[in-house]
Amino acid sequence: MSTLSERILGASAGEYVDRNVDRAYAHDGTGVLALEAWKNMGENRLGKNTRYYIQFDHIAPANNSTTAALQHDLRDFAKKSSMHFSDVGCGICHQLMGEGMVLPGEIVVGADSHSVTMGAFGAFATGVGATDMASIWLTGETWFRVPESIGINLTGRLTGAAEAKDLALAYIGKLGTDGATYDALEFVGDGVHYLSMDERLVLANLSVEAGAKTGLFYADDVTIRFLKEHGHDVSCQEPESCIYKQELDFDLNNIVPLVAVPHRVDTVKPVDAVAGVPIDQVFVGTCTNGRYSDLARFARLIRGRKVAVRTIVVPASASILEKAIRTGVLADIVSAGCTIGTPGCGPCLGYHMGVLGEGEVCLSTANRNFKNRMGVGGEIYLGSVATAAASALQGEITSPEAG
Amino acid sequence: MQGRGTGICLPADIDTDIIIAGRYLRTKDYDVWATHVFEDLDPSLAPHLKGAVIVAGKNFGCGSSREQAALALREAGVVAVIAPSFARIFFRNAINIGLPLIESDLTCEEGSTIEFDLSGGWVESGGKRYTICPLSSRMQEILMAGGLVQYWRARR
Repeated sequence: MSTLSERILGASAGEYVDRNVDRAYAHDGTGVLALEAWKNMGENRLGKNTRYYIQFDHIAPANNSTTAALQHDLRDFAKKSSMHFSDVGCGICHQLMGEGMVLPGEIVVGADSHSVTMGAFGAFATGVGATDMASIWLTGETWFRVPESIGINLTGRLTGAAEAKDLALAYIGKLGTDGATYDALEFVGDGVHYLSMDERLVLANLSVEAGAKTGLFYADDVTIRFLKEHGHDVSCQEPESCIYKQELDFDLNNIVPLVAVPHRVDTVKPVDAVAGVPIDQVFVGTCTNGRYSDLARFARLIRGRKVAVRTIVVPASASILEKAIRTGVLADIVSAGCTIGTPGCGPCLGYHMGVLGEGEVCLSTANRNFKNRMGVGGEIYLGSVATAAASALQGEITSPEAG
Repeated sequence: MQGRGTGICLPADIDTDIIIAGRYLRTKDYDVWATHVFEDLDPSLAPHLKGAVIVAGKNFGCGSSREQAALALREAGVVAVIAPSFARIFFRNAINIGLPLIESDLTCEEGSTIEFDLSGGWVESGGKRYTICPLSSRMQEILMAGGLVQYWRARR
């Protein structure tokens, strides 16, 4: 009887294994150093049984000529080495991989901490740094310590204004930022079947904020239907009874809108507890909450009204942007006074756009609120799309359940 | 592998944004990282890291996968980092660039001399010897080689 991690890696928790990586991806942030390390490894080769991807999302488009030159070299390498390459504007690496690239049972490694997001498809998906990625480019393989697993048992259904983001903040608040270090999370229980693919991606995405190696969902009817729409026929992964080192239970009916307050993702409070805090900026987007369903919900909540603070909306990919244009979602967002950024990571990392000034406060749908992350002296509150919409309209942190 | 250095004490949950801020990542100039390491924690810290052994609280290196965090510490002259636990990507990154990490519950005394012997499985501070959680054999091989680049170069 095995956990999903044990099943995919083919070994028991605690064992060290070398495994071929089915899909490996890097972005413009980590790819530059990975390329340097790969060149220094002294052999001009790539693993034969691995699909390689490079996506430009972190500083896209480039902010200055230094960045542009670094990106030029990486772009050149990606094309010459026949990696799947997604240039500026295509979108966030995790979103692009999640648009039908990743299949249940695969081993997926990304040179980015939020690569855990792909666990939503029942893949063993984890993040590494640049030199590990260079090594995977060289050999197609890497080593893993098979993780112990923590079971997140979900029952009931999300109700009212509560979103998957609120549930994610709830489990991080319980576990703490290192509560799952070296471990995998497995999301199980009857409540899972009511979660859409987008909602599962949110829950898997945030698992690294509790330190987890990956956050896994067993592929079920929802997964199969999603992947069928992207041209793949796959089977369900049936959970076996297995031993979790720890189990947490969440009744989704009891989840309420939450925020993570500065500067820790695990300092989680009900939105009501910080309601009225004045904000300078709202940011909707990222690999957490920049999908079409997020944009559509945001548009529905602000349609016909005007936002009270500067509000930056960044679709997670070009296909999301295109769909939002086609369905009128984008027009609603722009008419309400929001502005739109190039599909990509946007202001999340404080590199190149939407940076906060000293003392400024942002309500963000992203996944990190570390000190100074979006700009020196800035403060970040993390919340759901509905909380972002309510707060944007009021110019202060506002519960989506208020009024 | 053996080493010694001067203890610098840091709190728990030091994230990689705090080790090296995002605004300094767009370069391949290692000096930039060495100069600005820990700037948002304590701007006066960087010059004192040469020959230092950092003793931190749990979950050191959490957050982003940026390898520049481990490189910044190495380039600033940090000999090793000791903590009860490390975030896993940072753990791999540090070993991959040849920076020793030691999992141990060491009581930190600022400025004390800290000695360690990874193969011997101990670290010593203030006359007291602590056991350490050994690295996996693969991580030991990578660290002994000087990092993952050197590991592969030796196997060409």
